[in-house]
Amino acid sequence: MVCIVDYGAGNLPSVERALRSLGAETACVARPEQIAAASALILPGVGHFSAFVTGLRERNLTTALREALAGGIPVLGICLGLQAMFSSSAEAPGERGLDLIHENVQALPANVKSPHIGWNQLRRLRTSILLREIPGDAYFYFAHSYAAAANEPHTAAACDHGFPFAAVVEKNNMMAVQFHPEKSGEAGSRVLRNFLEWAQ
Amino acid sequence: MTLARRIIPCLDVDAGRVVKGVEFAGLRDMGDPEELAARYNREGADELILLDITASRDGRGTFLETVRRVAQQLNIPFTAGGGIRRLEDGNAVLRAGADKVTVNTAAVERPELLSELAAQFGSQAVVLSMDVKKMDAGWEVFIRGGAESSGRDAAAWAREGVARGAGEILLTSIDRDGTCGGFDCGLTAAIAAQVSVPVIASGGAKTFEDFLAVFGKGRADAALAASIFHTAEHSIGALKGYLAGRGVPVRLSR
Repeated sequence: MVCIVDYGAGNLPSVERALRSLGAETACVARPEQIAAASALILPGVGHFSAFVTGLRERNLTTALREALAGGIPVLGICLGLQAMFSSSAEAPGERGLDLIHENVQALPANVKSPHIGWNQLRRLRTSILLREIPGDAYFYFAHSYAAAANEPHTAAACDHGFPFAAVVEKNNMMAVQFHPEKSGEAGSRVLRNFLEWAQ
Repeated sequence: MTLARRIIPCLDVDAGRVVKGVEFAGLRDMGDPEELAARYNREGADELILLDITASRDGRGTFLETVRRVAQQLNIPFTAGGGIRRLEDGNAVLRAGADKVTVNTAAVERPELLSELAAQFGSQAVVLSMDVKKMDAGWEVFIRGGAESSGRDAAAWAREGVARGAGEILLTSIDRDGTCGGFDCGLTAAIAAQVSVPVIASGGAKTFEDFLAVFGKGRADAALAASIFHTAEHSIGALKGYLAGRGVPVRLSR
């Protein structure tokens, strides 16, 4: 069962619909024991970094998530779900993320339009599981004001908007995308399929 | 690698049907929202906007049902609005499956609504819709579907709206809307120069050249049109092919 973590503020229905259209069995979960029992986890994300971390904390999901990840359960973070994997974010100073990548999420610089909203392309830094068989010039839909620097080795593909930021993160069993695959047409659907196939 | 300029079809709905007016009056039936949404999703639209043009309290349930049905057809971003007066109204359309909510009259009357929506859902989910008309004193914001002057200067309101949390501006020229006279590139460029968020140009689209102009001298990030797509006068694919051939970055691959 692919479990979509419901921390109270995500765009669950569209993510769930996209996964089901690919044949996945899904459930929205909000209890620690459900997370421990999942075969794969999706961390969807829309909204504010602090809403995310407090939403997890209030539901006692933070520890369960960290343990699931440490135990090797495949996880896919989407948008804010990518940012939550980092130590902290300039959006919510003082709040602690899941801290799986010991770096910070930054605001987009003032010299570009923010939020970064719309369809953009990726620059691949290495072979990517999530981008398998997707054309190099494919577009993905972004909608965010904060981003993590495209540092290696965790970043598999970068996008440029003010600075090169992490668009696709792949680190062991932990995968994440800054764009919204559920809103990115055929290319986005292929990202989700690649995740499901890899997570099996 | 460039952020693509977006082509956005707009569905104006009334009682569960897509309609189209000319200069904010005189409605005409244009079809079923689900069918049109599915077609645009297939044809390569970059996003879809659904507006409840009557925005009556009585019709709220019908509109939310339309939002739900349209959302099922899409794997592209989806904005809904019309009659959003309170945080709960915004919450209802997002829960029904929209990714962003757009506000217009209610934000002019109570600008705090923008901050409330942005605090709850993030700026990327809040689209400030402005209906603008050229007056002697300059560009002025109109409310209630273009029927009433707000007395606000368009550029000043755009700046305030963004400061309060709007993540995009949907800018409609009342003078051009439904006239097929081309986008108002002067207005679009003037507002785009005032704000740090993307501007969606709306009102007056007729020819491919109109889109080329609004992405060029109009400095728009996205362009919206309704009737020319509904009547299948232009396909989105052909429009994008035209723009790509003239150096405008557009998303061709789906």
